[in-house]
Amino acid sequence: MEPISHAFKDNARRGLADPNLQRALARLKTGFQERRTIAAARLPEFEALRSQAKEIKDRTLANLDFYLERFEAKVRETGGEVHWCQTPAEAREAILRICRAAQAKSVTKGKSMVAEEIALNPFLEANGIEPVETDLGEYIIQLADEYPSHIIVPALHKTAEQISELFLDRHRQYGNTQRLEEVRELVDEARRIIRPRYVAADVGITGANFLIAETGSTAIVTNEGNGDLTQILPKVHIVIATLEKVVPTLDDAATLMRLLARSATGQELSTYTTFSTGPRRADDLDGPESFHVVLLDNGRSKMLGSEFQDVLRCIKCGACMNHCPVYGAVGGHAYGWVYPGPLGAVLTPFLVGIEEAGHLPNASTFCGRCEAVCPVRIPLLKMMRYWREREFEAGLGAPALRRGLALWAWLAKRPALYRPLTALAIALLGALAPRRGALAHLPLATGWTRDRDLPAPEGGTFQARWRARQGRGARTAA
Amino acid sequence: MPEKRFRVGMFVTCLVDLFRPSVGFAAVKLLEDAGCAVAVPRAQTCCGQPAYNAGARADARAIARQVIAAFEGFDYVVAPSGSCAGMIKLHYPALCADEPALAARARALSEKTFELVSFLTDVLGRSTVAARYDGRATYHDGCSGLRELEIKAQPRTLLSSVEGLTLEELPGAEVCCGFGGTFCVKYPDISTRMVADKTAEIAATGADTVLAGDLGCLLNIAGRLSREGRAVRVRHVAEVLAGMTETPAIGEPRRGRRG
Repeated sequence: MEPISHAFKDNARRGLADPNLQRALARLKTGFQERRTIAAARLPEFEALRSQAKEIKDRTLANLDFYLERFEAKVRETGGEVHWCQTPAEAREAILRICRAAQAKSVTKGKSMVAEEIALNPFLEANGIEPVETDLGEYIIQLADEYPSHIIVPALHKTAEQISELFLDRHRQYGNTQRLEEVRELVDEARRIIRPRYVAADVGITGANFLIAETGSTAIVTNEGNGDLTQILPKVHIVIATLEKVVPTLDDAATLMRLLARSATGQELSTYTTFSTGPRRADDLDGPESFHVVLLDNGRSKMLGSEFQDVLRCIKCGACMNHCPVYGAVGGHAYGWVYPGPLGAVLTPFLVGIEEAGHLPNASTFCGRCEAVCPVRIPLLKMMRYWREREFEAGLGAPALRRGLALWAWLAKRPALYRPLTALAIALLGALAPRRGALAHLPLATGWTRDRDLPAPEGGTFQARWRARQGRGARTAA
Repeated sequence: MPEKRFRVGMFVTCLVDLFRPSVGFAAVKLLEDAGCAVAVPRAQTCCGQPAYNAGARADARAIARQVIAAFEGFDYVVAPSGSCAGMIKLHYPALCADEPALAARARALSEKTFELVSFLTDVLGRSTVAARYDGRATYHDGCSGLRELEIKAQPRTLLSSVEGLTLEELPGAEVCCGFGGTFCVKYPDISTRMVADKTAEIAATGADTVLAGDLGCLLNIAGRLSREGRAVRVRHVAEVLAGMTETPAIGEPRRGRRG
């Protein structure tokens, strides 16, 4: 999809004014934040695990070439194939080649953010291959012709009523004409429609939560079991993943998994955890005939060794956005591309350019809740600040604010000048509100005063009053 | 008079200096009552955080250099703000990392810099104050104090010793109020939504007073409460702990003074 991150402010305003979105976002608190808190509190070693997870990812990233080559060798050994792709276009082409070779007409898909990143669905459709989303959330947004607003809950922005309406409208083609109210009924209807598609599909495409170098396995976690059916029933299984998903061993993956679901949804483990290792062997009861891993770089290798390397530790749990007050206010679509929230604020400028995504690292109060819950301790604030520094150096950002800041900084470096000038400014401000305690309107500060008053300054500066008091004290002492 | 235990340089913070000098005097009283000799260096303006968070690293470092020079001679540096104390304590060393000599001085300053309430409790070991405040108060945890400096129990401990005060816990006390420095004017729509959520939570506690340790949050919260016409008094925690609440609360009309 074309990013619309540059329109963040407008997107955000729309989100804030959308009552359905606001109702949907209200679920973050009870559905995710509180559950994570409980899950973390129930595991005494949770904080130690976070440090361990960080260490695993750091060690892997420091030797990424080694583990990727080892992973590839193991995939080959088990009869699979690895396709190295630098760009989204290369990844799309690789997938298309595999689909063509299998004479695929329809493809089932498990949830994959990387597939969103490379805009796979429209590409497959343009090439006469029908992509069928099997994750319920992805299925919903495919029906609605939208894109995910959250990395683990793609349809988080929709209320049950909206989904009910959507199903009524789009499921008429299957002869369903009854409006369903209960969530259970909606799930059952989606299942009835998706089930036959698993069997009909020629190729199944899934993402990967982990690529395991030791065994050449890929692993996914789901709550619906749709991933299993996607990768087991078709003749061909394609895994699409980015480089940083590799971990050295199954044990390492297990350590990270102890954090993943707890951080994401507050579950101890997702309902399904599925490992795939190569195609079906002679004595296997099921499994695909061929197994492909499309390994996408798309700029990640450039992040290695840069000030953004730490974001490659991300295990895509979504905790940062679940806890972000900005995300919680405006929703994921405001961020204007695939990755929303604090993760998007760091990653999106890298993937679509800081000119396009400049708002994202700025639209943060630096409250730090994202870092406090990140299972792999990514310094998200520090990296947002790096982006702000790059913008500042490139002369991007609102000119008025830049000028104001420059003037303020110039003054702040000259205390002898700063003191009388700020004292004068604050006296003038106080004079505007002689008796009232707060100013309802202040020219040049409408960003503040449109929706809140400005408390009037108390009168005098501390510095001046302190000196006056010291002077009196000195005189008294003398 | 007994020898003062420590020489403390008070980092006033730009907002306290300009908007709420009372907080500075309350901080001085608390420090002096705890046996510290307090000085207020003249060569201080701001901690540089606005520049630092705007990506203007060179400006931020120049201001840091100025703060380091003005304060490195003291036993301790104390600020009535988690945000500014966090800037000096956690960010100056990183900001100065490219200049080894300056970085060493920044690290030394970092080690002796504290937010006011945590200094009184964690460093000086105080668990009570001698103050009275008749009211039901609730407490908002400023983000930097809470998450950078781990200030959570300290203000509650001291507040529980204030006579006449009952403390109602604020649901969502750990959620940002939407101030965020220049964030509130760069993204006013989002900031408004965040502060409106905060004032709704404050009002729902039934408290007559809201306290916090950072003037940025307090100006934001007070401004919104005032716009909503809610009669909740807003004060810096230091004012209550020092028993210095004669000054009208933040955003409250001035009393007994001619306009």
